[in-house]
Amino acid sequence: MKRIIFVLVENKFGVLARVSELFSSRGFNIESLSVGETLDANLSRITMVVDGDDYIFEEIKKQLNKLINVIKVRDFTNLEHVEREMLLIKVNLSRKTRAELIEIVDIFRAKIVDVGRDTMTVEITGKDNKIQAFVELVKPFGIVEIVRTGKIAIARKKGGE
Amino acid sequence: MKKDKSEKKKLSGAEILIKSLKENKTEVIFGYPGGAVIDIFDSLHDSDIDFYLTRHEQGAAHAADGYARASGKCGVCIATSGPGATNLVTGIATAQMDSIPLIAITGQVPTALIGNEAFQEVDATGITRAITKHNYLVKDVDNLAQIIDEAFYIATTGRPGPVLIDIPKDVQKEKTSKIDSKGVNIPGYKPTLIGNLKQIKKAAEFINKAKRPVIYAGGGVITSGASDLLKKLAEKINTPVTATLMGLGAFPETHELSLGMLGMHGTQYANYAIMEADLIIAIGARFDDRVTGKISEFAPHAKIIHIDIDPTSVGKNVRVDIPIVGDAKHILKDLEKALEPKKHKEWIKEIDAWKEEFPLSYKKKADAVSPQYVIESVREVTKGRAIIATEVGQNQMWVAQFYKFDKPRTLLTSGGLGTMGYGFPAAIGAKVARPDMPVFDIAGDGSIQMNIQELATAVINNIGVKIIVLNNGFLGMVRQWQELFYDKRYAATCLRTGAINPSKCKKDQESIEYTPDFVKLAEAYGATGIRVSKNNDVKKTIKKALETDGPVIVDCIIDSEENVFPMVPTGASLRQMMGGMA
Repeated sequence: MKRIIFVLVENKFGVLARVSELFSSRGFNIESLSVGETLDANLSRITMVVDGDDYIFEEIKKQLNKLINVIKVRDFTNLEHVEREMLLIKVNLSRKTRAELIEIVDIFRAKIVDVGRDTMTVEITGKDNKIQAFVELVKPFGIVEIVRTGKIAIARKKGGE
Repeated sequence: MKKDKSEKKKLSGAEILIKSLKENKTEVIFGYPGGAVIDIFDSLHDSDIDFYLTRHEQGAAHAADGYARASGKCGVCIATSGPGATNLVTGIATAQMDSIPLIAITGQVPTALIGNEAFQEVDATGITRAITKHNYLVKDVDNLAQIIDEAFYIATTGRPGPVLIDIPKDVQKEKTSKIDSKGVNIPGYKPTLIGNLKQIKKAAEFINKAKRPVIYAGGGVITSGASDLLKKLAEKINTPVTATLMGLGAFPETHELSLGMLGMHGTQYANYAIMEADLIIAIGARFDDRVTGKISEFAPHAKIIHIDIDPTSVGKNVRVDIPIVGDAKHILKDLEKALEPKKHKEWIKEIDAWKEEFPLSYKKKADAVSPQYVIESVREVTKGRAIIATEVGQNQMWVAQFYKFDKPRTLLTSGGLGTMGYGFPAAIGAKVARPDMPVFDIAGDGSIQMNIQELATAVINNIGVKIIVLNNGFLGMVRQWQELFYDKRYAATCLRTGAINPSKCKKDQESIEYTPDFVKLAEAYGATGIRVSKNNDVKKTIKKALETDGPVIVDCIIDSEENVFPMVPTGASLRQMMGGMA
């Protein structure tokens, strides 16, 4: 089962290495990970998507809490939350395909961020299924490159922070 | 020129380090100098901290560890960058696995060179991340005092462990007026000490109802200083106590409720008691694979109460019915109050019958030295008033079985990592911490050679550690496994011929001269060496060793095919014990 967890850590060098090593040393894979400063510049927030059953997850949570620089660990999976991921996608472009591509971008409320002679780069934000659907649709045009931010999430109500 | 009024007293990083170590009550440091720590040693030169120069950095780490185990204080060791740091690694990992408070200080190349593959550069914090409780690279001298205070706090509280502080050379040299720490407040580190009272109440209900309870005590009882409380509690509920290797000494083994050690080389009665128990009260132990045997068959009829300070230890290996996270001392105090006095007559009778039927035993040969007898003799001669360090392998298991530990902090052994070469430097550290106590290292002829260079440290500082080498000419424990499970193919375990071919390593090869000759080796270092080859000479030799000033090696020639029994083969259930009689 996929889970989104957030880890509040001290904003110091080496902390991300400690967190990620905890996963690698036990053979757990991290599906996605994103890090950024919080309102308090002394703290950073890591959002991770990991795969594992309850037992493994319980284990991960305890191990994370054991790290000295980790302040809080929360599981968003069963908490009402909003999640987003951003994706930059570079697609092949020709005069023939241009109109159709722009149409798809419009339907998905994505954004064209760069257009070259033979490629177009699109920014799209959303949940998994929306992004996946978009990728499927533009695939026939020829995808040159995809870059994703990894998922971030926020609780709907107060108290999730 | 006018002096700035606000100019405060300035100290260099190296001076701050020594000042902070002293503020954290450091009395003794073990270490080895090098290019990247000259400044630290220069400051140490004027300090009243006792410094012991070992002959290898690994020896320094183990000595600091032995010092910590024997005294209950925090051990401190120092090494230089690069190879100094990597030589500490085994010692740090040993302390980590056994939850020993240790501060390891390493020098680092100057900040500007970090990452440049500079001379004697390694990423010390990177290398030790997985084997320390926490570690620091100090990049700004202004933070140094704070970091040292934090390091001591982390190393000594909660589940203790090693903390490494890596200090670049320029940081050691740089001066600052920020020479004090602001006090420790680590937002992500607040160890739980007091146990959840609801859980304790539930545990008490289980204990009050139990008919066949067993207490399973680990090293956490010793760390927490809860030995007396454990005894009081066990007596109140008339419940037998078995200990892990790390827990030996937590409960007096001469007590009628003691079952000795459990697990792979534990007593049969301890293992049977676990298998027949209806309740197991685990205190400061972590259900290690050497303890549980086949995990799915461990304690099949028992409910399990697990008391431990480390939440990650609880429920990791076995299902636990009542987890209680906190410090053993606090929890046992609260728990004891909630318990009704008990008499488990039937259960104790059953256990006593096992004790009678399956005692630990061995054959005492007339023409040889029996290792078990040597260990019993050390206890007899010292009346149990001694600190015993061990190496790893058969020597370690014989000590665990035959030396009846009555007091906490009298057994120093690498239980988790199983580090050969641990015992001797650890014994040196222990003797420095407790000069009033006789200190022995019970070793094999294999493991003693892993840190034998520390004999120089012991001789020069007149640290009177007595080394008992149980010399069988083999890497005995591996040889035992080869005998039992590999058709006696003694590949690479024979130390006297060193032959990989087993046929060349039979007993008739014993006429080959000893390599090394431990008596001559002791003499070469300026220590005393005595060889014993008959049981009859054992006791008087031990007495003589104790009466001799300074370090002594007693080289006991034992049968090369002597085995440690009983034994539960790896992966078998605790019920399947091999060989009651060695």
